[in-house]
Amino acid sequence: MAYRLEARARPAQAMVWLSPVLAAVLSVIGITILFAVLGRNPVQALQVLFIAPLETLDGLAELGLKATPLLLCAIGIAIGCRAEVWNIGAEGQFTVGAIAGGGVALAFGGNDYWWMQPAMLLAGVLGGMAWAAIPALLKTRFNAHEILTTLMLTYVAIQLLGYVVHGPWKDPQGYSFPQTKQFAADAMLPMLIEDTRLHVGALFALASVPLGALLLGRSMMGFRIRTVGAAPAAARYAGFSRNGVVWVCLPISGGMAGLAGICEVAGPDGQLTPVISPGYGFAAIIVAFLGRLNPFGILFASLLMALLYLGGEGLQLTMQLPIAVTGTIQGMLLFFLLAADVFINYRVRKLPPRAAAASGAATHA
Amino acid sequence: MHEVEIAVAILVATMRAATPLVLAGFGELITERSGVLNLGVEGMMLMGASIGFIGTVATGSPVIGLLLAMLAGAALALVFGVLTLSLMANQVATGLALTIFGVGFSALIGVSWIGIPLQGIATGIWPNLSTQPPIIQQLMLLDPVVWLAVLVPFIVHRFIYRTRAGLVLRAVGESHDVAHALGYSVIRIRYLAVLFGGAMSGLAGAYLSLAYTPMWSENMVAGRGWIALALVVFSTWKPAYLALGSLLFGFVTIAQFQAAGLGLALSPHLLAMLPYLATIVVLVLISRDATRLKLNAPAALGRPFHASA
Repeated sequence: MAYRLEARARPAQAMVWLSPVLAAVLSVIGITILFAVLGRNPVQALQVLFIAPLETLDGLAELGLKATPLLLCAIGIAIGCRAEVWNIGAEGQFTVGAIAGGGVALAFGGNDYWWMQPAMLLAGVLGGMAWAAIPALLKTRFNAHEILTTLMLTYVAIQLLGYVVHGPWKDPQGYSFPQTKQFAADAMLPMLIEDTRLHVGALFALASVPLGALLLGRSMMGFRIRTVGAAPAAARYAGFSRNGVVWVCLPISGGMAGLAGICEVAGPDGQLTPVISPGYGFAAIIVAFLGRLNPFGILFASLLMALLYLGGEGLQLTMQLPIAVTGTIQGMLLFFLLAADVFINYRVRKLPPRAAAASGAATHA
Repeated sequence: MHEVEIAVAILVATMRAATPLVLAGFGELITERSGVLNLGVEGMMLMGASIGFIGTVATGSPVIGLLLAMLAGAALALVFGVLTLSLMANQVATGLALTIFGVGFSALIGVSWIGIPLQGIATGIWPNLSTQPPIIQQLMLLDPVVWLAVLVPFIVHRFIYRTRAGLVLRAVGESHDVAHALGYSVIRIRYLAVLFGGAMSGLAGAYLSLAYTPMWSENMVAGRGWIALALVVFSTWKPAYLALGSLLFGFVTIAQFQAAGLGLALSPHLLAMLPYLATIVVLVLISRDATRLKLNAPAALGRPFHASA
């Protein structure tokens, strides 16, 4: 019996949303096998990974805390992806946003200025925007591909963070640890729930969902973005400037990542350290695809990915598994998603025995 | 005499730093010449680095380690091939997935091997290395993998331009429909090219963990896979330029250490930005001329192939 893929006449809409569910189910099976191979009890591991974090208020608050940067970065990335503008340097824009906002916090904190927090957030957004504007300029002016430039700038941003915390901004009373001073109390974001670490950044992230949906679905700019991505020739004919779209997508995307960055350091941490993100900017790429590049879908995807981060920490604490388990599961999830997505545009056809023989002969010819 | 010593040291360091870029870059060159864009080089290199290290420590033989690393890189490339060639998934997204998975999985399997000391390949071959005069010591650091990297550009150049198989590979990358109509199995040829790219990336990663800095640490490839990808674009898919570009980057990489040696009081973090900034500059210089890039790029690069008949 032979099978082959046959192109569908039109994409199957049901599969668009069934595919992430299928990918999640396959990932759970994959995780079970992974833990069995590692010699750990898979049932216990799945419980720690997916159930335990949701059982307490603290766990739910941590879920929101981790979903916040993922959501902000992923919606920005998704806006770009709709126009086939690939920003894979959200991690770098996140870092520069944290440095810029953190710089404002260190310079002006402790004076009870009324503009303290807005200024920090603005600096974070502008920092991220500026970092994303470099690849936008290189793309529109010099045709340099944004995948490589955004990624290279991420490595530069991480070194920049290393430079400031080891060098000029190092806390002199920090016992030679590479970190800045603690931000003053007025330079910290207020908490949403008493005694948890969930801060107001979560509200910005939530607000970005309807705003992103409005921009993409209901605005002229969103129409341009989608047209440039889906039908470049039609976009050119309509007079939509591709460069203009690049200059919209990358700064928005960078600004959102920068906001995520400053919220992360001014929320729970309160200082700059050499490592401020467990790879949120990269995981957000998976979140964007898992959420079908749709802001509401991304909301659910970011919660799932946050759960993986949280569960991964749980596995480290209770089962002494390395934290890298999280990255492995994330990659696996994306693999399954990409595989399941095939069925949006193709369907499996069983070939009748004679045709199978003929087709086999044809491919071997 | 002193100048000669310095010159030899710089040359050797440049060749060693260029080796992983040459190996991974030429693997990707073949892959892209077949019309497939695999952005997972970084992930495949990391798998090669961890598996190669573990294999060498476990068996005591760097040869087995290198072979296992090539297998690991090819295995990850096979996943990429199944997704993009058989299931026609988006090549850019799948390549990113490959890198994300490679970063995580290599860290997972390598976690209990961090901090284990390993003899570099060169010291393994010449145990009395440290008793030799300085110049000999330097030259002995050029282990067989480096010499393989010296040969690879010539072999690939000859393969692409002087053999029938190379011609078929280029045809598939330029126009898969025409190649298919002529009776060539586009998908099979692309699978082979992707697997070759994976094996070379695995080897490049293993060179880092077995010879360049003989140890395993998380994420130790540090963007070299991405730099290799940028170099392929920079070379406009030509072997000679790719070899030159890799040497240039090897030199930029060691320049940060040379600068420190010359007493340049710059933060190591700022110096570490150099290779990444240089990549951007080089990319800008080559991409400015959009027409030239378009004329030289394999015409079917990144486009999925689905035989309808």
